[in-house]
Amino acid sequence: MEGQLAHIGAGLAAIGSGAAAIGVGNVAGNYLAGALRNPSAAASQTATLFIGIAFAEALGIFSFLVALLLMFAV
Amino acid sequence: MAVDKSGLVFKPMDQFVVKPLFGGDHVGLFTVTNVTFWMALAVVAVVAMMVLGTRRRAIVPSRGQSVAELAYGFIYKMVEDVAGKDAVKFFPYVMTLFMFIVMANFLGLLPMSFTTTSQFAVTVVLALMVFVTVTVVGFVKNGTAFLGLFWVTSAPLALRPVLAIIELISYFVRPVSHSIRLAGNLMAGHAVVKVFAGFAAIAAVSPISVVAITAMLGLETLVAFIQAYVFTILTCVYLKDALHPSH
Repeated sequence: MEGQLAHIGAGLAAIGSGAAAIGVGNVAGNYLAGALRNPSAAASQTATLFIGIAFAEALGIFSFLVALLLMFAV
Repeated sequence: MAVDKSGLVFKPMDQFVVKPLFGGDHVGLFTVTNVTFWMALAVVAVVAMMVLGTRRRAIVPSRGQSVAELAYGFIYKMVEDVAGKDAVKFFPYVMTLFMFIVMANFLGLLPMSFTTTSQFAVTVVLALMVFVTVTVVGFVKNGTAFLGLFWVTSAPLALRPVLAIIELISYFVRPVSHSIRLAGNLMAGHAVVKVFAGFAAIAAVSPISVVAITAMLGLETLVAFIQAYVFTILTCVYLKDALHPSH
């Protein structure tokens, strides 16, 4: 029973990945919107774009990690 | 991951098992495992690319020399832009980090290979090295003024203790997120490829599965580079914080 509950928990933790996907899409979409308005400033902001994506993505990776721990370590 | 009724076998995590390379089951402190083997291979590949590639120093560069020069220029510009001119003396360290991670990631894409950067033990050591370096450099360069990183003078006085706690927590979470981001991305990507490979056993969906594996590997090639890039650029950001702690 507990093992099955852990699997349900892992499935719930996977929702976090979807949330991170929204976050990454938000960062990239806003970057694109800004870049199309002012293309000359776009190149200088790619580093910021990747840092933003990395921070948004890290939290999704955390939830993936929680799911893995529930699947294999609990 | 059990065998289900249709006989499908999903073992996407088996590729991350650390095994001794020369037989036996015991993994000690100095056992040569598949992790150490592929790490050594990454180091050899980096040396071959960078040292042998630039040995001829031709004015019109060969392909190998162009790649080495591009990588060098790319990282040098990143350190200069993100961390500042005075961070250039840390360029060799940042360059080493980038080349090792990018090479380990790309070697992991080869069939039957082992992705060393998907092991948390490897990335945690890399991230802790960065964390310790940045903290030591911060204190050596600025003395106690480095603690100004946690004391946000631009905020109202009443808010500052709260912000200091938040800043302190976020400072100590850095190595955690820094390492887990790299290992998690690589591990997730490779596990997804293996899951699609499991679907290839069903005749009806195997063409879709093969196309999906191809597409995922294309994405993984991108991820392998971007994650190495992100790891390096965050190192640069942390270095900038250490060299110029004021907000």
